[in-house]
Amino acid sequence: MISNEPSYKERRNKRWIAISLLPAVALFIVLTAFPVVNLLALSFFHVEWREATSAFSFVGLDNYHRLFSTEKVFWDGVRNTAFFAVTAVSCQMVLGFSMALAVRTAGSYGRAMLTGIFLLPIVVPPIVIGTMWRLIMGREFGLANMLLRLLGLGPVDWLGNPDIALASVIFVDIWHWTPFVFLLMLAGLESLDGEVIEAARMDTRSRCQQIRHVVLPMMMPTIIVTLLFRVILSFKVFDEVYLLTSGGPGTATEVVNFSIYRTFFRQDQVGYGSAMSIVTLFAITVVIILARGLAQRRAAQRSTVS
Amino acid sequence: MTLRLGSRILANTVVWGYALVILGPTLWVLSNAFKFKIDIITGATISPFTWINFHELLFSRQSDFLTNLLNSAVIGIASTAIVIVVATMAAFTLTCLNVRPWVRWALLGWALLFHMLPTLTFVGSWYLMFSSVGLHGTYFAVIMTHAVHNLPMALFLMMSFVGALPRELIQAARMDGCSYGQVFWRIAFPLVRGGMIAATALTFIFSWSDFAISLTLTSRDTMTVPVAIATFAQEYDIRYGEMAAGTLLSIVPALLLILLGQNFIVRGLLAGAVK
Repeated sequence: MISNEPSYKERRNKRWIAISLLPAVALFIVLTAFPVVNLLALSFFHVEWREATSAFSFVGLDNYHRLFSTEKVFWDGVRNTAFFAVTAVSCQMVLGFSMALAVRTAGSYGRAMLTGIFLLPIVVPPIVIGTMWRLIMGREFGLANMLLRLLGLGPVDWLGNPDIALASVIFVDIWHWTPFVFLLMLAGLESLDGEVIEAARMDTRSRCQQIRHVVLPMMMPTIIVTLLFRVILSFKVFDEVYLLTSGGPGTATEVVNFSIYRTFFRQDQVGYGSAMSIVTLFAITVVIILARGLAQRRAAQRSTVS
Repeated sequence: MTLRLGSRILANTVVWGYALVILGPTLWVLSNAFKFKIDIITGATISPFTWINFHELLFSRQSDFLTNLLNSAVIGIASTAIVIVVATMAAFTLTCLNVRPWVRWALLGWALLFHMLPTLTFVGSWYLMFSSVGLHGTYFAVIMTHAVHNLPMALFLMMSFVGALPRELIQAARMDGCSYGQVFWRIAFPLVRGGMIAATALTFIFSWSDFAISLTLTSRDTMTVPVAIATFAQEYDIRYGEMAAGTLLSIVPALLLILLGQNFIVRGLLAGAVK
């Protein structure tokens, strides 16, 4: 009896572990792992839709071959997305970090209200931000051109001119995400060791020296992790581009996600779209693993130093 | 002293300047919701106030916006409920109990990876999967995909809350003869209720805001608010006033969240961001 009891309880505990993890594992397997396998399989087929039924024909690596040889729009999208990610995120980091530094060292009035305002772009639906800026950057009745007219300047076609369209989209993204970087950086600055900062204030001659030699090195891990992951997350961009420009004019603001969407849903090229998805998934996974390794190495270095 | 004061003024100018850059355009667009079409087009700053846009949007024969609001609420509430239950149980087990390292590693690693991969690479596959079993355009399809999409963030968030529980408490409960399940229901669950509220609010907001999934998986009957707003914006003859009114209604949950749970969101967003 007595020897039997712990094993009964152990069994129950084992069962609890299984039961509590099962729903999460099931969701992930059915709706994330299986779709990847599904995409991989589909990418070897050419799928044709005929009267609501689909006809599959095996084409081997043809989809990939086409993607890497004749495709143009997708690769324009890759280039734009990379450019978009790096430019937008660098601006956000510089702006966000300097604002956080200013607020941290000097303090500011109405902190709660300020945080509330800064949270606004982060929590409203991205599609709303797209809509807003589409109205503001509208050619005829937009606020931007209305203000320019007051200054006596001609109307600018913010979203229709291929030379400016990408810059406009990047601007909207900077507007959207700088507050987030600011809040991250502020939290990072506030978690720094107060005594070290105080000592640095004694030892350095100017504010600049203090920032350059003490605050910046201490913040480096936070900065690098934020930078890497903001860049990776920028590859998720879709909503704003969908609404602002739909990738146009031409391929001026084409992004990877929009190419995939168009291939899948507007051109019904399921096999080809799957190949695009698989290539994108693979490339971003590699980048994530590299970034993660880099961030962990930085962390390890820091812990051996201190 | 003067230097300190100077830098304080500078800091305030910069930060409040940026706050103005956020608020200004937002308010300009939202103010269109209360204007007649003629005033919007001519760009009149001072114009008569009207509710007509809301009336047209919600009660006119051609507009489905009321249905869209209802769809968004149903999908948001259902998917959030699923996410919170699943995430809290898994977070407790992963944080407090002895799970085999490879299970832990695989589950969290995959959650992190999925969290960062572009959603658009999955929606094509989801569309085909749900279509092939005849579930395309149903609430079920959208609810389940929203749930899995928001699961990683909720999981990380709940792990940070569960991890903050005192270890001794859980050990003491186990000494007193509680099984794992009892520890969860009697000790952990009541103590992380605050965290669950935060995770609930954020998950709901993300489901409410989602566009990519809803665009591809909903039909006319299950269409959500963001998809409806996008449709508005792409009509040839844009109904500016109604669109602004729709936009205003769609950000109500976000505004409520900011007013009621600011600190919660900041913590939640930070936990989900750098993991």
